[in-house]
Amino acid sequence: MVQDLGYLKETPSQTAGPYVHIGLTPNYSEIGGVYETDLGSVMVSDKTLGERITVTGRVLDGAGAPVKDAVLEIWQADSAGLYNSPSELRGTADPNFTGWGRCPTNSTDGVFRFETIKPGRVPFKDGRKMAPHITVWIVARGINIGLHTRMYFSEEAAANAEDPLLARIEHKERLATLIAHKEGSVYTFDVHLQGDKETVFLDI
Amino acid sequence: MSDRSNSKPETGAFFARDRAWHPPAFAPGYKTSVLRSPQRALLSLDGTISEITGPVFGHSILNELDNDLIHNFAKPGESAIGERIIVHGRVLDERGRPVPGVLVEFWQANAGGRYRHKKETYLAAIDPNFGGCGRAITDDEGRYAFRTIRPGAYPWPNGVNDWRPAHIHFSVFGHGFAQRLITQMYFEGDPMIWKCPIVGTIPDKQAIEQLIAPLDWGNTIPMDARAYKFDIVLRGRRSTLFENRLEGN
Repeated sequence: MVQDLGYLKETPSQTAGPYVHIGLTPNYSEIGGVYETDLGSVMVSDKTLGERITVTGRVLDGAGAPVKDAVLEIWQADSAGLYNSPSELRGTADPNFTGWGRCPTNSTDGVFRFETIKPGRVPFKDGRKMAPHITVWIVARGINIGLHTRMYFSEEAAANAEDPLLARIEHKERLATLIAHKEGSVYTFDVHLQGDKETVFLDI
Repeated sequence: MSDRSNSKPETGAFFARDRAWHPPAFAPGYKTSVLRSPQRALLSLDGTISEITGPVFGHSILNELDNDLIHNFAKPGESAIGERIIVHGRVLDERGRPVPGVLVEFWQANAGGRYRHKKETYLAAIDPNFGGCGRAITDDEGRYAFRTIRPGAYPWPNGVNDWRPAHIHFSVFGHGFAQRLITQMYFEGDPMIWKCPIVGTIPDKQAIEQLIAPLDWGNTIPMDARAYKFDIVLRGRRSTLFENRLEGN
C-alpha cells in the first residue's frame, strides 16, 4: 500500500443544450429585467487602448449547416500583450479592457460578432513569443464538452511562422483553419466542427 | 474587474484533463452530437499563459436577487410556482482546495419543465413569475448558494419518447480559462437519470454520480425550502515551485 494522493475528479462536462442563452445571455433570450446587460457583450470603451477590430464568423456542423444555437466566449491579451487576470504577473493590464467576451451565434443566420481590439504578443513557456491570438471557446447543443481553439491573424505571417503552437500542428494544411481572414478592420473566423475543413481544436 | 482578496495568485498550469472521465464528443445516443463532434484528434499542449489566466468578475456585477430565481423575474409581491429549494455547494479544484471569487451561472426550466425560450414549444405552461436564470460568486471558502424552484422533467426530440430528468444547468469559471466548465446537476433519487441519453454520454457510472446532488436535510429550512448540495470540482493546477517560467514567478 502507498499513500493516497487524495485528488478529486473534475466534475464531468455536459452539453450546454439549446437553451444556454437563458443562463448566459438572458437579454438576448428576451428575459429582460434580471441582469442589466448580458455579461461579455461589450468589451471595449472609449478609454480602451489599442487597434479596434471586429471578429465575426459562423460555426458550421459536419453537414456544412450553420449552428444557430451556440455561444462563443473569447479571451485575449490587451494591446500590450497583458492579460487582465490575477494570474498575470508580468505587469498590469489595461484596466479599461476585460479581455473577455461572450456572444451567441444568431438564431436566424448563425453569425457571431465581437467588437474588440487586436491583442499584443504574449510569451510561450520558454520565453519565445507566440503570435497574436485570441482564445475561443464554443458550447452548444450537441457539444458534450466545450471546444477550445485559437484565432490567429492573417497579416501576421512572420509571427505565425514562428508560433510554437502552430508549429505543433502536424498536418500543415490544417494551419489555415486557425487563421482569420482580414478585410479592413473585420476578421472573419469560421469554425468547422467536423469534416474536410475541420478546425484544429485544442486539449490545453 | 477583479476584487479578489489577498490570496497569492496562482500561476501553475492545469492538470491534464481526463477525457475518458468526461463524455466523448461523438456519442450517437445523443443524436445532435453526431454532426457536431470533431473527428480529428485534439491538439494537446501544456497550458500557456493564454489558458492559465482567465477573467475574474467582481461582486459589482451582482444584483441583490441574482441568486433568487423564485423572485428575480417575479412581479412585486409574487413568486414562482413550484417546490421551493435551496441549491448550495462549494467550487473546489482537484487538489481539494476552494476556488474563491469565481462566477457560477445557472439556468433551468420551470416546475412544469417549460423553458422561457423562444425556440421552446413544449405545451406545458410558462410561469409568468419565473425567468429561469441566476448567478453567484463564490466566497472565500469557495461556497455559492441560490434559491429556486425544483425544475420539472421535459420531453425532447431525440428518441421517440425521451425525457430529460429534472436538472439545472451550471456554467462555472475558474481562475484560468482552461478551467471553463459547463455541466448539469441532477437530483438524488430521480429514476429518469438512468434513462437519459445526455447523462448516458458519460461513460463512467461514478462520473455520473458526481452530477447527482443529494438532499441536504441538515440545511433544509423548516416550513420554507428543502436544500440540495452540489459541489463542483474544477481542474487542479500544479504548484509552480519548480516551473521554469521566464515570464514571471
